[in-house]
Amino acid sequence: MLDVTKAKIIHDFAHDRPLLACRYDPKERFVVTSSEDYRLQKFSLPGGEKTILPEAHNSWVHALGLSPDGQILYSGGCDGKLVFWNIADAEVKPLRTLDAHQGWLRTLSVSPDGSLVATGGNDKTVKVWNTQTGELVKQWQGHAKNVYSVQFMPDGKRILSGDLGGAVQLRSLDADDIKGNFEAKPLHTYEGGQMVDFGGVRCLAVRPSSDQFAAGGLHKATNPLGAVHEPLALRFAFEGNQLLKSHVSEGITGGGLWRVQWLSDGTLMGVSGGSSGGFLIFWNDQQDKDFSKFKLPALARDMDLSTNGLNVVTAHHDGHVRITRLSES
Amino acid sequence: MKCPYACGSTEHLMARRKFLSLSASGAVGVAGGLGLLTRGAAAEQVQQKQQRIVVFNMHGGLSQLESWDPKPGTRTGGPFRAIPTSVPGLHISELLPYTAQQMHHLCLFRGVNTSEDDHGKGAYMMMTGRRQTPAADYPEIGAVAAKTLMPEDSSLPGHIRVVPHGGGGRGSDAAYLGPKYSSIHLGNGNPPQYTKRPDGITDEAERRRQEFRRKSDRRFLDGRRTAMTDVFTYSFEQADRLMEQRDVFDVTKEPTQDQEKYGTHDFGRHCLLARRLIERGISFVQVSHSNYDTHNENFDFHLEQVGEFDRPFATFVADLAERGLLDQTLIVVLSEFGRTPNINLYLGRDHWSKAWSVLAGGAKLARGAVLGATNAEGTEVVDIQVDHAQLFHTYLQAVGVDTSASFQIDGRELPIADPSAEPIWTAIA
Repeated sequence: MLDVTKAKIIHDFAHDRPLLACRYDPKERFVVTSSEDYRLQKFSLPGGEKTILPEAHNSWVHALGLSPDGQILYSGGCDGKLVFWNIADAEVKPLRTLDAHQGWLRTLSVSPDGSLVATGGNDKTVKVWNTQTGELVKQWQGHAKNVYSVQFMPDGKRILSGDLGGAVQLRSLDADDIKGNFEAKPLHTYEGGQMVDFGGVRCLAVRPSSDQFAAGGLHKATNPLGAVHEPLALRFAFEGNQLLKSHVSEGITGGGLWRVQWLSDGTLMGVSGGSSGGFLIFWNDQQDKDFSKFKLPALARDMDLSTNGLNVVTAHHDGHVRITRLSES
Repeated sequence: MKCPYACGSTEHLMARRKFLSLSASGAVGVAGGLGLLTRGAAAEQVQQKQQRIVVFNMHGGLSQLESWDPKPGTRTGGPFRAIPTSVPGLHISELLPYTAQQMHHLCLFRGVNTSEDDHGKGAYMMMTGRRQTPAADYPEIGAVAAKTLMPEDSSLPGHIRVVPHGGGGRGSDAAYLGPKYSSIHLGNGNPPQYTKRPDGITDEAERRRQEFRRKSDRRFLDGRRTAMTDVFTYSFEQADRLMEQRDVFDVTKEPTQDQEKYGTHDFGRHCLLARRLIERGISFVQVSHSNYDTHNENFDFHLEQVGEFDRPFATFVADLAERGLLDQTLIVVLSEFGRTPNINLYLGRDHWSKAWSVLAGGAKLARGAVLGATNAEGTEVVDIQVDHAQLFHTYLQAVGVDTSASFQIDGRELPIADPSAEPIWTAIA
């Protein structure tokens, strides 16, 4: 039974390089990670046997996604490539490589039925690809700054995308125009003294009921170049494009949200990594402040929730991939 | 208060007599007279054809791994790849595609070791060629260039800094060379502060104001002339001349197509302004680009900053080459230090002075050259290690200044560059 106040680490697997991203197999057979080289790793569950995937990218990989049946892995790299993998097979190899974006491919989201994958990147575009053929089926160019996050809606027909400047756009696959604009400006900082843009919509998560979404990142960036900033998640209602809550976490003076996800009881969960360390942070819809947080052993950079909704995998700077159980049992 | 360079020394007295005679005749402005006050043997070393220097100061510490010395695919390499350049076999970061096509004009020092990881101290070393000590202060390269390269009769200042933010004013960066050679700051590329005459003052009123000021000056100077009063006088005269030549600093006077070519963002305008200034005979221009002190999210910030730097800088280099100015203009891209090969917890890189890079080019520097090398992960210099003092010598030698010479200041010989170091002769063609 879900109880985030009872969170505890149940698995801890080590790699020899700092990790960047992770995903949980929907069938809970393995977790996949990317690291500060050009490689991906697969850790079997529950034993943690590590398989290093063949090198298919020519740069770091920040974006990972799995098909709903866990058979296909999608990886997006700073080389702009989108690679399809037969991740569930004994011998894992790249099945298809697409030149998806000019510059970094930063983010991807697989549609609920697995037929499409949406990607976003530093070319300021959002693209949608057919997972069977690799064909580009849609492309939008409405963002003024680099696209940091994309997320399919539960209906699989609409897509949210967020950028460095704090703009969130809702689009429909059957239209070229923007169907909704949301102002997530608190997630963006332009620091005039340092002359840098910072922050951005680092992650998006749509509530299963499709009435709300959360945009995560950071705020209070008084020293962007020095990692002084705090985590922030903005909760929006689709109806009226209304900002409902600005979720903060007291006591984390150095952190930012790398991913947010909804738990089965309606709790919003975020993973924070920064100079304060790594945390899983939990918010309800009643208050801005978190009602619980779980301190991770090291700075975290990504997380993913298991299908049963009780296990969370986190990727860490110290090279470890950890699985945290959100229940007493 | 007397300045040390106007202490009654033989040099000063001679110069004073010359100054007074020139002033009295009205044939030459004070700018030229003051130039003679302190100009020593070094000035005679300068070539007949005027040389210039443009420094791009990558404020905060540009990462050598995300610019001139990439190490893709290694533990320290980060996400960016290396791309080929116009010099066969030379690769630089993919963040610099336009500059890559200009590398045949440039000279890359990849073995810089300055052993100083403090911002202020590192910047001082790179700009003066000396380590900072409590015992002495040294002029920055801009002041040295203004003193040694600027023609005697120039009506323009020789030392300009284009700074990112607004404001202006003057720097205190000339040390014993005196305030005449201190930098004039162009805040955000705007003309010098207070050089626009208020609308309510007519030409005739202005002429009478200046005449009154000069008369008052002469009367005062008859009895109490010091170096400080000379500087005040010079400042007024220079301000007067700047007001008359304000257009020199107005980058909007450049052709529209050039403004588009450089880009309308601040750094693009500043690069075009640098071209405009050196074309009009200003000896030294420093353009700052900020900020590279990326302890946090180094890669995102370098993507942003180097991406902004690349095209205007490459356009500047190409323009100088096309216009035949490269032989007379030294270009330097420097920082106070580089950044750590190690990538920290926050995907940042910290201060690192043990193995980094400086890019230069033009004047007498070898074209398309690469001097020095670091090891596979960029943690150590393994070939042709150089430091700030050697680089300082080399910059000046490249524009024809004999850096073994000295300034004559206050009866003392003050070496132009650190006498314990030598130029990097292999870099000079």
